[in-house]
Amino acid sequence: MMMEKKPAAADRPDAPGNQDREINSAVRRRTLKSFLWFGAASLVPVGVWRWVRAQPPEEGLPRPFRRVLDANAALTQALVGPARLVPTFPVSKAVRQPRVNGSIGLPDDNFDVSAWKLRVENATSPGRRPTVREFTLDDLKALPRTELVFEFKCIEGWSQIQHWGGAKFSDFAAKYGLGTRSGKGPDLNHPGDLMPYVGMRTPDGAYYVGLDMPSALHPQTLLCYELNGVPLPPPHGAPLRLVIPVKYGVKSLKRIGTLQFSDTRPPDYWAERGYDYSVGL
Amino acid sequence: MQRITQRIVPKHPLAVRWFHWVNFPLLLVMIWSGLLIYWAYDPYRINIGGYPLVSFFPDAFYQYFRLHHRLAEGMSWHFVFMWLFVLNGVLYVGYTLFSGEWRYLLPNRHSWREAWRVTLHDLGLRKELPPARKFNGAQRLAYTAVIGMGLGSLLTGLAIYKPTQLAGLTGLLGGYQTARLLHFALTIGYVLFFIIHLLQVIRAGWNNFRAMVAGFEVVTEKEAPSAVEPPHQV
Repeated sequence: MMMEKKPAAADRPDAPGNQDREINSAVRRRTLKSFLWFGAASLVPVGVWRWVRAQPPEEGLPRPFRRVLDANAALTQALVGPARLVPTFPVSKAVRQPRVNGSIGLPDDNFDVSAWKLRVENATSPGRRPTVREFTLDDLKALPRTELVFEFKCIEGWSQIQHWGGAKFSDFAAKYGLGTRSGKGPDLNHPGDLMPYVGMRTPDGAYYVGLDMPSALHPQTLLCYELNGVPLPPPHGAPLRLVIPVKYGVKSLKRIGTLQFSDTRPPDYWAERGYDYSVGL
Repeated sequence: MQRITQRIVPKHPLAVRWFHWVNFPLLLVMIWSGLLIYWAYDPYRINIGGYPLVSFFPDAFYQYFRLHHRLAEGMSWHFVFMWLFVLNGVLYVGYTLFSGEWRYLLPNRHSWREAWRVTLHDLGLRKELPPARKFNGAQRLAYTAVIGMGLGSLLTGLAIYKPTQLAGLTGLLGGYQTARLLHFALTIGYVLFFIIHLLQVIRAGWNNFRAMVAGFEVVTEKEAPSAVEPPHQV
């Protein structure tokens, strides 16, 4: 690889040939040294790869990755806060046939919508039995009806402008004094009184999500009973589903059976399968 | 009488070599994990006159590189290594600004014309050699553009990572799906950059490649034995 040249008069000590030899040996020495370092350094990414793979998994992810994803979520929440609104669109922009993209927790078993009740559990202190209350669809329809046309975003990458209608989760919690230790309406300015998490699950328990309370109380988080102005069709989660625009669609649980406030992070179907817990947008 | 002498001339500072080579595995991880994410919704095609020319990507591609059904894994790698990728890029840009290295890297008013000549030469359409400077016009344009692409990846990435919290940015970039397309297109841009870069490095030869690892070049000069010229290329 080295440049080779014939020395003109190699017998003199200061002859170009000797000079070349000196340079050649310096080049060889420095090249060898650099490439040895280079070779050693290129083992670092290999080591990182192996180290990551060797980590004990925590809910389907190497533990350090889970830590970083949680830190990412905490950081973005802290930087922006929960109040930022999702952009909305005119109703005319909404798709006529919203995509159906999941049926976990919706078994094809002639679910009796008329017998459905929403069960709300408030686990105010650990160890104590949660207080349980039940609500009918009419209870939810009695709350102010809110419509929302927004770009629904699936964690897979597709998105659709969809038109939903229902009650604000925050209105529901305020009216019935849910999600607080005192039984008053939830107030983000009194975090001590607020239950930090709310979990939801389908009546059969097959699908379940966990939410931080600021996201649940976001003014655009809806308990929906309408899609495109008509009652929710069964594949979209009749009779009542969650639509939470500040998260990927995986959190918008269909056919809510139970809603549980808690001090600890509720189990989450997709987080257990290696996804970020927060999936905040 | 002329004689030929060789000199060892420093070329790339250690910091630049460091940032360059650290970027390689980081970008590789970002592209690989990006493909794991893209697989879950892969609508992009290049159609010419209604005829599909290129599909991103054929099933065989996902199969060969085992890129299918790994969305969660892809997202986790992507959102962990994004920090290191951005950090390395920021440190590199900061270093070039602080050290004055930017003077060799930013295009100037001659760069476009020079880049054109270099291109013609490299395509075998022009005899005249490119100027023997550290970076010619084509390199200045390419190495500056790729940093611009990095910034573009960061911004489009943020726009699709937090489209609510950064709704203004997402809107500025044409909306959620447009930002996603741009984010993807930039990745294809890196791959094209990489291919051309690799070919040019092979073509430029060992001395040039060694400089990116060891930092120095061996410069051969013809000179009269009595008049030793001062180095004009450092």
